Amino acid sequence: MAQTSADDLKTTPLFERHLAASGRMVPFGGYNLPVQYPSGIMAEHKWTREQAGLFDVSHMGPCYLTLTSPSGDDEADHAAVAALLEPLVCGDIAALKPGQIRYTLLLNAQGGVIDDLMVARSPVQPGSLYIVVNAGTKDNDFALIAAAAGDRAQLRRADDGALLALQGPEAVNVMAHIVPGATELGFMQCGVFDWQGEKLVVSRSGYTGEDGFEILASAKAGPLLWDALLGDDRVKPIGLGARDSLRLEAGLPLYGHDLNETISPIEADLGFAVSKRRREAADFPGARRILAERDGGLSRIRVGLIVEGAPAREGAEILDQSGAPLGVVTSGGFAPSLGKAIALGFVPPTQAAPGTKLQVSVRNRAQAAEVVQMPFVPHRYFRKPKAS
Amino acid sequence: MTTKFTPDHEYLRVEGSIGTVGITPYAQEALGDIVFVELPEVGKVLKKGDEAAVVESVKAASEIYAPVSGTVTEVNTTLSGEPGLINSDPEAGGWIYKIEIADAGEIDGLLDSDAYAQLTL
Repeated sequence: MAQTSADDLKTTPLFERHLAASGRMVPFGGYNLPVQYPSGIMAEHKWTREQAGLFDVSHMGPCYLTLTSPSGDDEADHAAVAALLEPLVCGDIAALKPGQIRYTLLLNAQGGVIDDLMVARSPVQPGSLYIVVNAGTKDNDFALIAAAAGDRAQLRRADDGALLALQGPEAVNVMAHIVPGATELGFMQCGVFDWQGEKLVVSRSGYTGEDGFEILASAKAGPLLWDALLGDDRVKPIGLGARDSLRLEAGLPLYGHDLNETISPIEADLGFAVSKRRREAADFPGARRILAERDGGLSRIRVGLIVEGAPAREGAEILDQSGAPLGVVTSGGFAPSLGKAIALGFVPPTQAAPGTKLQVSVRNRAQAAEVVQMPFVPHRYFRKPKAS
Repeated sequence: MTTKFTPDHEYLRVEGSIGTVGITPYAQEALGDIVFVELPEVGKVLKKGDEAAVVESVKAASEIYAPVSGTVTEVNTTLSGEPGLINSDPEAGGWIYKIEIADAGEIDGLLDSDAYAQLTL
């Protein structure tokens, strides 16, 4: 029953909406945000899996990185701005098509993850990237990116607006009435759309495992868009509590818990984010370590566990069947869609195969746990068939 | 029969020498959806303030302390299958355990309903 000391917390443009909806406000990433509304985490979680949930994620860090002096040649300008960001990340940014989004990782020299982020090639402006980083890391991320760009590109923060996420199987049908053009986007594509005279940047992406959209609007338009989306009976507001249980079921890591500066992409089982071209060039921070781990020199790897009995929370030890410690849980809780406890944690690769029987220590008692294939709940992204 | 409260939001409903312990409606509301309850063992001897049980919400685990010293005589095993009873019916079907009260004098040190109501204003 933590008291919110609201004084030094930032608010989002949706703050008044959360209060009006009786959101239970908590400090999160420096912002005052709703952990839940009166219906509660369980109901909010299930609603998102069955209908559509609306999340305020304005605390996150959207920004644009734009060439200072573009040539006017779209491909050359994209190559130029991509070349400024690529030395910091392990993803192939150069290969992005206009409006295409890639999940990538900011790395330190040891190959540890400074942050996980989304990078898109602007659908409208040549030589510009649209980047969204995590709330707790954004000041540092922006400083790193701006320093890497020097005077060749300018980083413009866009975190003074409203970032909304509409997630769930009905999200597309809701959007069809509000921003119909956005329903043409496939998973991991973004576009710029007009809504009542306001510009919206809409991405088909999210953090729940469901189909859905993330929408950047101005601080003025954000609350109006929030109201318009909630005007549809299929949409309910969802707090941070269900956002966490949804992403956990989707097997998605949370920065600061399942990812940090000591954990590499391979250890985090995010090898897909180390793009082929970058691997072959070995031209990203920590490449030596990361490539060696990829070739089998790995001491720990992130796995998903189904836990019998009480939820195993962050910090709980993972044990083998004889009780010897193997690693720790980095996120854990109750999975409302499964009706049981699940966890993410790190174990040696020899103990990481699905079906491996392990234990977790909860309040000094060993409980049965089993490694399972992730995601715990299948992703339901909308992938467009490749254009022929 | 009298009901007393702790500042940690447990209630103790006293009938003769037996007290029934649960969490208050205020506490269940604050914790949110309860998904797991760890019950004490029958026969366990508790001192006032000892951790007696744990209730887990989607987000977090919360300890339930013994409001008075005594011996656990009965636990609400229904909660193992239906932990949500603590949310839907905290004062009746959602009781957690019963305790044989060792020292009736400790009851007087607990909050009465008026004092507890003041605390949760």
